[in-house]
Amino acid sequence: MRRRQVNLWLGAALVGLMTAVALVSLFWTPYDVTQLTISRKFEPPSPTNWLGTDQLGRDVVSLLMAASVNSLTVAFVAVGIGGSIGTALGLAASAWGGWVETLVMRLADLGFAFPALLFAIMLAAAFGPSLGNAILAIAFINIPIFARVARGAANQVWTRDFVLAGQVAGLGRLRLTVDHILPNIAAPIIVQATIEFAVAILAEAALSYLGLGAQPPLPSWGRMLAEAQTLMYLAPELAIYPGLCIIAAVLGFGLLGDGLRDVTDPRLTRARA
Amino acid sequence: MIEAKEITVRFGAAAALRDVSLDLAPGRRLGVVGESGCGKSMLGLALMGMLPDAARLSGSLSVDGKEMAMASDRDWRALRARRVAMIFQEPLAALNPLRRVGETVMEPLRRHLGLDRDAARARALDLFEETGIQDPAAKLRQYPHELSGGQRQRVLIALALACDPGLLIADEPTTALDAHVGLRITDLLVRLARDRGMALMFISHDLAAVARTAEDLVVMYGGEIVERGATAEVLADPQHPYTQGLLAARPPLAAGHLRERLAVIPGTVPGLMHLPEGCRFSGRCAVEMAHCATVRPLERATGPFRSAACHLIGGER
Repeated sequence: MRRRQVNLWLGAALVGLMTAVALVSLFWTPYDVTQLTISRKFEPPSPTNWLGTDQLGRDVVSLLMAASVNSLTVAFVAVGIGGSIGTALGLAASAWGGWVETLVMRLADLGFAFPALLFAIMLAAAFGPSLGNAILAIAFINIPIFARVARGAANQVWTRDFVLAGQVAGLGRLRLTVDHILPNIAAPIIVQATIEFAVAILAEAALSYLGLGAQPPLPSWGRMLAEAQTLMYLAPELAIYPGLCIIAAVLGFGLLGDGLRDVTDPRLTRARA
Repeated sequence: MIEAKEITVRFGAAAALRDVSLDLAPGRRLGVVGESGCGKSMLGLALMGMLPDAARLSGSLSVDGKEMAMASDRDWRALRARRVAMIFQEPLAALNPLRRVGETVMEPLRRHLGLDRDAARARALDLFEETGIQDPAAKLRQYPHELSGGQRQRVLIALALACDPGLLIADEPTTALDAHVGLRITDLLVRLARDRGMALMFISHDLAAVARTAEDLVVMYGGEIVERGATAEVLADPQHPYTQGLLAARPPLAAGHLRERLAVIPGTVPGLMHLPEGCRFSGRCAVEMAHCATVRPLERATGPFRSAACHLIGGER
């Protein structure tokens, strides 16, 4: 019990910190991240530039802060879109069953089988690389995940007596789904969303690293990594800082998701008691 | 109100109900008794058009003169709540844990009767008062886990009555409750049926609760009705060997009898696949004859509004 709570609180603290930093950077960063000062490139950490400056003389702290907004936005929008569509599909599959369920679940299998990176490259090839296309690609890989979770959880709720009571009261499948099923599968959906947040942040970093995500001058942890790669021997710390940020963000959301699942999963509660 | 003629419900080759006929007139209260697995709950579901997908229904089932045996789910939905309603054994399980009970009761009022929020709330308040819920205004805003078992069952009754149904099916409504709370619920059901001129089908294995509730009684065994008649007459003078066994198996309460062994019906109810073709009760019956297992006894009238399905009845020994 106690150990699991540690997961939850550590995750919540990391996520909270990350969100706070991102919000602050919307209004204030120590330096303007679009301001290039070539004369001050590769400065070591100092009281004015806590983590030094990069190859173009930009303040690294400011870059990392501004990039966190990018990561969180992409994760939020992509998981939001993919999660909503996936959950809706899963609920529909569960409510109507029969061929609807078969169709949705086989499409989900197809989605799982399709490499997300390939999809992102296809989008970039067709519409050009952009943050929007990266979001679409990440949203796409989330659809089948949420469809499966929603259907599985909804199928369990459908067997419960209060749904039967709703049917007895003459309610249709749509009304039952909205009023009775959805609220009762909210917990697993939220848990899944938190975990997928971590995956999405990692995916955004990977896509930006490959040049398929955020385009200059928009700061992004993934692109900072890519740019630092050529300077590995000259300034290894420029690769380490964004790497640490990615680790912290992924770890934070991962721990939070795990912690939430442990708190909300009745099977685990009973096993502990 | 509802007339069922020889309805049979099959799951593949197994018959969960075989040639069940019954007639429920407005204002009549019918008790249905039998052991677990005798098909009494299946009968309730069949009358609501809520059989599982795998079930196949045959026979004739008319609601308000309209044939419903082959009706679509959409047609049934129009009848549910408005004409037939149902309450269940486990009131806690039958309420959505995440909704205030007032919302739950208001839902059919708004969906089916088209009332707006305020009108639906006023109506729900009336229903809570009618079903004897104390402090109804406050209860509307509470969640199921905040109510006692009896109060929850009253909420479910209020929900079932919301659209003024002609028939209320109560499937073991008192089984999960304390005895004295159960008694108050049965009395409430009788009063509501009387006041509203509503038919009541009271499904139970508790003979005392049925005796208190129902004017008419059907006894079910193995998916068939084995005996029927006025409740008082059936209980006083059971004619089918199964009914006799059921009544004999009641625990005596009088002092001096408490240490006696209970009478039992030997054996257990066979699974649906293993029911005998003839009389369903053969194999467990104390007065069984050679042809009972293979020849099916038909229901025979034994008096006005009384009948039983047994080869021993009607002089055919």
